[in-house]
Amino acid sequence: MSNGNLEIKAISGHNGKSAGNGVSRDYDVCKLIDTTTCIGCKACEVACVEWNGYEFRETTFDNTYQTMPETAWNFWNLIKFNEVETDGGLQWLMRKDQCMHCEEPGCLIACPADGAIVQYTNGIVDFNQANCIGCQYCVTGCPFNIPKFNEATKKVYKCTLCSDRVGAGLEPACIKSCPTGCLHFGSKEDMKFEAEKRVKQLKSNGHDNAGVYNPGDPNGGSPGSIGGTHVIYVLGDARDPEKYGGLPAAPSVPFFVKAWKGPLKWLGGIGIMAGVFGVFMHYVRFGPKEVDKVEEVKR
Amino acid sequence: MSGGTIARPTTAVPEDEVQRYNFAERAYHWINAIAYTYLMLTGLAIFTPLAYWLAYVLGGPATIRYWHPWIGLIYLATIFWMHRMWKRDMQKIPEDERWSKNLRAYAENRDELMPPQGRFNAGQKQFWWVMLYCTFILLITGIIMWIPEKMPRELHWVLPITVFIHSATALITIAAFIIHVYMSVWVTPGSVKAMVEGHVSTNWARHHHRLWYEKITGRRN
Repeated sequence: MSNGNLEIKAISGHNGKSAGNGVSRDYDVCKLIDTTTCIGCKACEVACVEWNGYEFRETTFDNTYQTMPETAWNFWNLIKFNEVETDGGLQWLMRKDQCMHCEEPGCLIACPADGAIVQYTNGIVDFNQANCIGCQYCVTGCPFNIPKFNEATKKVYKCTLCSDRVGAGLEPACIKSCPTGCLHFGSKEDMKFEAEKRVKQLKSNGHDNAGVYNPGDPNGGSPGSIGGTHVIYVLGDARDPEKYGGLPAAPSVPFFVKAWKGPLKWLGGIGIMAGVFGVFMHYVRFGPKEVDKVEEVKR
Repeated sequence: MSGGTIARPTTAVPEDEVQRYNFAERAYHWINAIAYTYLMLTGLAIFTPLAYWLAYVLGGPATIRYWHPWIGLIYLATIFWMHRMWKRDMQKIPEDERWSKNLRAYAENRDELMPPQGRFNAGQKQFWWVMLYCTFILLITGIIMWIPEKMPRELHWVLPITVFIHSATALITIAAFIIHVYMSVWVTPGSVKAMVEGHVSTNWARHHHRLWYEKITGRRN
């Protein structure tokens, strides 16, 4: 939670109006990642591991500048590195990969455990391992391959958008550590404004395909059906997000997750209750087949 | 062959009664029944928030997630053994078709319209095959759901389909389970005794499973 709930209304002995009083504040938070200014320094990776108190795990070297193939249960923030050939040139694409904090979170929809996943009104989707049962349905529901299972604790972990820091009025650790200013943090409205401004600048510099990645946002988002995300990207080439380390072009909560958590759940529940009631009514109408008594009478 | 297997008595059968299930059949049935009940209740707890309280009753949510697949293997093993014991008795006989056609009369207790049946009637056979095939589907989908962390990322698209099929198949077995329990406990008095103590009255055998009764007793009435 942000410290929006600690907005000052009145100050004792204060000359004039209290600061901020009467000014409406946006409550939802957003991280803006400008991939065009990321230099792949991995400061955010280190800051994330450090803030969340994990040991630095072993890395995998496969001839790229990527620390490991994908995020891990104790490594929530990974700079994806991709080498892309262009007309007569070469591009190094760096993208900070972490939880996207979807407005319509597939993990939360799929999760069966009471209280294991919560979505705050500021947009942060957070896991509560105390209530996690380790079924990994969240993995099933996530279009971004983010939740990761720890085989020792049998719990699932992911980026919290530093809900503990944000709740205390601080920016997330990754934002704090970024040396190039490619990471921004603020209200969703402000971040969208900043992103559009940057895209305009990129376009005027000849990057005609630059765009914002904010899948499914009802107020002008990129393709997708997850209601927008609380992590948005500026992409140098928004036509093909896939080339930025497998960013899905149009993410959605899987159809079968919705069918299972929607109609199947209701039909199943109603069906079981109707079945039990149905056989009870059958008994009331027809009763048992009393063979012993009936046959004796016949004989 | 249409009469079905004769259960060798393992305990003394009272006068005017016949052996219906031997000890092995009863034991496998009840291990299977306990395992199925656990699987159904824990599965429902994870399936719908309405039943999540069952998770606490049965030992805690993370605990049931751990045990559900292991108990599933016990269920699977007993299904396998029951199939070995009963598969001959579960084959279709010519009378079954007429039995199924007269299902309405059976449901309305007008049993005089029903053709004679072997060790199991056509409805019991259908129940058996439904449970057997559903068990096979639950096994395949269940293994995937047990260890999704071993699944390569490229195959993650099957996970939602797998969970959906597992849930839908389990619901089919629950429908069959409700009918099975209702029929045995309420509709046909004597059936629970048959599965617990092993024997039934001759009247019961003659009425419900005439062909089987004639075969095991050699009597014609």
